[in-house]
Amino acid sequence: MAVAAGRPTQRQQPENPLTAGLERQPVPPTSMVIFGATGDLAQRKLLPAIYNLAHDGALPERFYLVGVARKEKQDEDYRKECEEAIRRYSRRPPDPDVLKGLLENVRYIPGTFDEGAVYDKLGQQLGEFEQAAGEPLNRAFYLSTAPGFFPVIIAKLGEHKLAHHKGEEVRVIIEKPFGTSLEEARELNREVLAVFEETQVYRIDHYLGKETVQNLLAFRFANGMFEPLWNRNYIDYVQITAAEDIGIGSRADYYDKAGALRDLIQNHMMQLLCQVAMEPPVNFTAEEVRNEKVKVLEAIPAPMPADIPEMAVRAQYGPGHAGGEDVVGYLEEDGVPPDSTTETYAALRLDVDNWRWAGVPFYLRTGKRLARKVTEIAVTLKPVPHLAFSAEGSLGVQPNQLVLTVQPNEGVSLRIGAKIPGTRMIIRPVNMEFLYGTSFLSQSPEAYERLITDVMRGDPTLFTRNDEVEAQWRICDPIIKSWEATPGPLPKYEAGSQGPAEAEALLRDGDSWRAV
Amino acid sequence: MARTDAVWSEQGTTPDAIEAATRELLIEAHAEREEAVPARVLNMIVFVDLDWTGEIANRLRGVGRYHASRLVVLAYEPKRERLDARVTISTDDPASPGEIAVLRETVVVELGDRHLDDLVTIADPLVVTDLPTLLWSPHGHHDIVEDLIPLAQAVLIDSVEEPEVDEALDWACTLSDRAYVVDLAWLRSTPWRERVAAMFDPPWLRGELSIISKVTVRHHPRSTVAAGLYVGWLASRLRWQPARLVSHGGSLVGTAHASRQDVAVRLQVAPELAVPGLEGLTVETAAGHMLRLDRGRGGLRAHLAGPQVVSGRKQQTDREWTIPGASRGETGVLGEGIRQALLRDPTYLPALQAARSMLL
Repeated sequence: MAVAAGRPTQRQQPENPLTAGLERQPVPPTSMVIFGATGDLAQRKLLPAIYNLAHDGALPERFYLVGVARKEKQDEDYRKECEEAIRRYSRRPPDPDVLKGLLENVRYIPGTFDEGAVYDKLGQQLGEFEQAAGEPLNRAFYLSTAPGFFPVIIAKLGEHKLAHHKGEEVRVIIEKPFGTSLEEARELNREVLAVFEETQVYRIDHYLGKETVQNLLAFRFANGMFEPLWNRNYIDYVQITAAEDIGIGSRADYYDKAGALRDLIQNHMMQLLCQVAMEPPVNFTAEEVRNEKVKVLEAIPAPMPADIPEMAVRAQYGPGHAGGEDVVGYLEEDGVPPDSTTETYAALRLDVDNWRWAGVPFYLRTGKRLARKVTEIAVTLKPVPHLAFSAEGSLGVQPNQLVLTVQPNEGVSLRIGAKIPGTRMIIRPVNMEFLYGTSFLSQSPEAYERLITDVMRGDPTLFTRNDEVEAQWRICDPIIKSWEATPGPLPKYEAGSQGPAEAEALLRDGDSWRAV
Repeated sequence: MARTDAVWSEQGTTPDAIEAATRELLIEAHAEREEAVPARVLNMIVFVDLDWTGEIANRLRGVGRYHASRLVVLAYEPKRERLDARVTISTDDPASPGEIAVLRETVVVELGDRHLDDLVTIADPLVVTDLPTLLWSPHGHHDIVEDLIPLAQAVLIDSVEEPEVDEALDWACTLSDRAYVVDLAWLRSTPWRERVAAMFDPPWLRGELSIISKVTVRHHPRSTVAAGLYVGWLASRLRWQPARLVSHGGSLVGTAHASRQDVAVRLQVAPELAVPGLEGLTVETAAGHMLRLDRGRGGLRAHLAGPQVVSGRKQQTDREWTIPGASRGETGVLGEGIRQALLRDPTYLPALQAARSMLL
């Protein structure tokens, strides 16, 4: 490929005065390669996200896409697959002309991920894109494959000199799970960082791309009224819930190996915990934000084996009812071994041992087949020190509770006590609510649209750094090991219920789980 | 899909009665459907000639999710003596069970000449307190806008709809002193601004922003102001000193003074363009680069020509490609205008001032 020589690189350029005031900032010309291009994630999320960026005029001036997967097929066949996936899963009906223009720059390379010829063809194809564009292009390799292929693909990219590209940026996006244990995460980090520099690596946690998760930082650090209360003096406990009403569907193969703790707590829920507990960063650059998150994780002591029964609970759903239908239990789900001891529910009590949070328990729980789908953070404040109302009037007084709902009905609600209208002073809790749906005109972009744009623009703020992912595993790993060492029959909860009664044992006296 | 949940109307009514009825309808709607909650984003006051109410209603219906949370339409019929009003509460059905359904309110008040002196006292009780208010008078009525502007934080205008270029620019400047101006003529050019910003963003071209030598903007016959705002934007961002343009062969031509050289400016009518706004633009640099953008199917058509250093050798390049992006259409532009009332673009006013220097 002919590449311009002696030109300034992206890191040396003077400011572009034309970008001021523009909502959509320029994105450098990019070739994106999706490994696992025919998989579920690519079809349901990545391709629709890329289309929607094109629809909004938010893709780079020059954008090319290569799909890599095992199945043998021609470019044209893959383009048809892309079109079908976009038509089916895009958040809006595609514009035929935009779709056609996007698909013209899509190519497909068949082969297994350990096959050298695949990478030779890939290098050649990327070169042809640059020839067509007449300029060098940044490269983004998206690893949307089973985790077992991550090291293979990384190593091959390195062997075939695809990890660096003259003066242009090369980035690699790694989907979760990043390892299944601390040891694996460390090993994977070693393998990745043997080929790429940390600044090139984008470990994706799509929760961070959600508007409501990003709003946590705005909520905490753009409002003067909350931060003075945001500490052990005023906050009694914090509860983070990620409940799903559905079962495992067709994901038995993945889920039975992962379980609830690996599936949601190690990554998404740890991220939410960090956003709640982190100190204000000096600024919102990627490194400052991620430094503060790592400090939170480092302040959480790794669980000792003897303590685990008191701070972690697991369970499995049994038969029950959901959406007015009878549903089977986990062990009766298709593809699940009848003697599986994989947890479909996990709850933890964690301590953040630092000046701000000492003594404030953080309760985390997640589960399949619970009563309702909801992801929320509930911050319960300490009760008022003295109730001057009559005994009857005081009955309805409850501690203030701030609930940040991530999904559905994204928003923030504050529970406060208010007098019931009437001749007597009787209090009951009421809610002050902010709802995204009623407070903004814009539709939130899909998390993947934001994250793919950030990769192409080189902004890693919403991605997990190597030390962060290892710190997450350092907390979860001892629990997983302890559970694996004592596989015994798991506590059961009825499908469609609030979860296992055993979860109550994690709570301090006076604390309670919010109703799912 | 929007559905109408409740309607109230009254002839010979008062603002207080309208406000009370609106409040009551909202309470009833929430009582009937717990998931129905009122949107609280933006008030929009529209002053419109009664005969055109239907047309404006159609345009506003098309903006979908950008519908103001409370829309107050003041429908004017000169000889009308009585104040008549109609309040409609509508919702979008929730996306899925358990999610909220957002309520939006439309208040239409029919009024006449006798009400104009006290128009603020009619409109003020009808807007939701503490929400920003956007004011729009699509059929001129500058005097009415002047009267109502104390109620508004933003004013929606379309500079290309003014009969004369100088009036359009003066009016936009006057309004800018008193409220944030959202100009549809400016918003139509957003993709063009984004694209030129992006095309000059690569490191090897960015330096050439300082040596732009010629700018040609092709525009709809009635969109001279839009073309002027576009060049005004370049001038203000790149610190050119714009000078007055003169008519020459059906175009407006002139020179802007940059720090390193003069920039030839041409605003050229594109008679074939059927919709308001820009048809294309060409930017040339002293280094010999030519960037051209034109409307195309599925996005803007880009053309880049000029010297490029390739593998250490200088050679001439000439490339064309399509930059994907769906057309928003006029409805999309109006919706964007409503959304922009909540934002602030610091580059509009400097662009407007530069455009005035060229076009007045």
